[in-house]
Amino acid sequence: MAGSQTPDLAAAAVAGGADLIEIGFPFSDPLADGPAIRRAAERALAEGMGTAACLDCLRRTSERVAVPLVPMTYAALLEAYGWEVFASEIENAGAESLIVADLPADERPELRRVQLVAPTSTNERIALAAERTDGWLYLVTLTGTTGARRELSPALEPLVARARRLTDVPLYAGFGISTPAHAAAAAELADGIVVGSAALAAACEGASALERFVASLRAALS
Amino acid sequence: MNVGLYGDYGGRYVPETLIPALEELTRGWEAARADAGFLAELDSLLKRYVGRPTPLDEAARFAPAGKRILLKREDLCHTGAHKINNAVGQALLAGRLGKHRVVAETGAGQHGVATATVCARFGLDCVIHMGAEDMRRQRPNVDRMKLLGAEVCPVEFGTKTLKEATSEAIRDWIANVETTYYLIGSCVGPHPYPAIVRELQAVIGHEARAQAFEALGRLPGAVVACVGGGSNAIGLFAGFLEDEGVRLIGVEAEGAASLASGRPAVLHGSRSSVLADADGQILDAHSISAGLDYPGVGPEHAHLRDTGRAEYVTATDEQALAAFRRLAATEGILPALEPAHALARALDLDAETVLVGLSGRGDKDLAEVLAR
Repeated sequence: MAGSQTPDLAAAAVAGGADLIEIGFPFSDPLADGPAIRRAAERALAEGMGTAACLDCLRRTSERVAVPLVPMTYAALLEAYGWEVFASEIENAGAESLIVADLPADERPELRRVQLVAPTSTNERIALAAERTDGWLYLVTLTGTTGARRELSPALEPLVARARRLTDVPLYAGFGISTPAHAAAAAELADGIVVGSAALAAACEGASALERFVASLRAALS
Repeated sequence: MNVGLYGDYGGRYVPETLIPALEELTRGWEAARADAGFLAELDSLLKRYVGRPTPLDEAARFAPAGKRILLKREDLCHTGAHKINNAVGQALLAGRLGKHRVVAETGAGQHGVATATVCARFGLDCVIHMGAEDMRRQRPNVDRMKLLGAEVCPVEFGTKTLKEATSEAIRDWIANVETTYYLIGSCVGPHPYPAIVRELQAVIGHEARAQAFEALGRLPGAVVACVGGGSNAIGLFAGFLEDEGVRLIGVEAEGAASLASGRPAVLHGSRSSVLADADGQILDAHSISAGLDYPGVGPEHAHLRDTGRAEYVTATDEQALAAFRRLAATEGILPALEPAHALARALDLDAETVLVGLSGRGDKDLAEVLAR
């Protein structure tokens, strides 16, 4: 989640082995998020992380790390800022792409972004999302909101299998991937993994804790 | 291709996980409304169970001299408000779609009670999300829902009111979408919900138009209804949209005036006029009436405002309370605080004949009124 610590935390995550950093631009009513990210968004907004502050945070982070940065947010922020202006401003501030959690592939197709598909998606929708996605496809591993889980979702394997038949774009899996064991299991199936809530919990302990956590995920993948 | 638009408003701004369910719902709804068996069953339930048609009553002592005020008595519906019209129809739809678990949000508790009621009637599992602050303010409705067999889940986030309860109901639906039907309470949310709720509430307007014609020998000069999410207003307006001589007036709570002081924004799955800051972050609404205490509004209302077909005005807490007391004293009717807003503005409206949607009864509001 964007905040004053983000550049330091991003540098720590990269030192731990992260290949890409997702930066949350907080929204007051995030439908796709479980309690951990919701609380982080509440805190960020209370600290004044409006869109202008998030863009500044993105810019400062891009000056610190060389890996791709991908803001993740909700349609309300783009609606308020202007869809095209928002897209060009994040690009100017160093973003590689964008994720909009409540913008399915058939809404605003002109906005280049990483598309999400879920276990409930039909084959037609997976094909549509893959065709329109920006670089890689985000596989939501489970039917639910973000947040740490005890087990890796059993829905990931059939989702990967379906997606592989429909597209050649890289598939990154996220939602509920919380431990090195989950990471290893998910990476057996997908081309990359996305860790949100669990990384956020580690980041609350500070940059070195985040670096250790990311390093433990990275070690599990090799 | 964007779906479900009212002008530039509406749409489906939800996580991908829900899209197949919304498409299933759209297909299920289209099939149901074309099915004579479904329509006959709905009609029969509205008569036998809900108590329709509700009367159109004249409030001769409430009305100022020289003006006629007619009340569409939705307060006489089973469970005491118009919410049951929608709940019955959507519960039938849930059954057609093979869903056995129903989830809903509630603010004042009227929609929660209506949903718990129809779930009891049809043997469906019922989970109601309600803000912890609203549970405290509306204790009798919490007890009613529990007696009806519903599980009431307190929502402890943010303002702990309807906005958060709605978000939480949608999250519940995301997590349980394969088994669960989301029974939304107002003409808000992603497509096709605004259209479903409008059509299920349109019975209010269609009855009212025929009844007004019978009572007056002509149509009323103005039709007035309170607007929170806007379901009773859109249902009442639906009967008069084509009658260009009839003014349509929605009354919002002054501290929750999504149409009067909101801006285009995305909330709970659709684009509408919303109380939001310049960054699109949703602001808190404030009203004495829990049912109007919501920062968003149905997308069709935003469109009706922009096209000029309907006008939207506001009433203060004090104006609503004064109208509440006046209707009690002059007509022997305790209105809910929500339609008390509409009654307040009906009094000073420049029209000879005014038809007011009396969307619910006021028993639930006694503690709030007596505390003033």
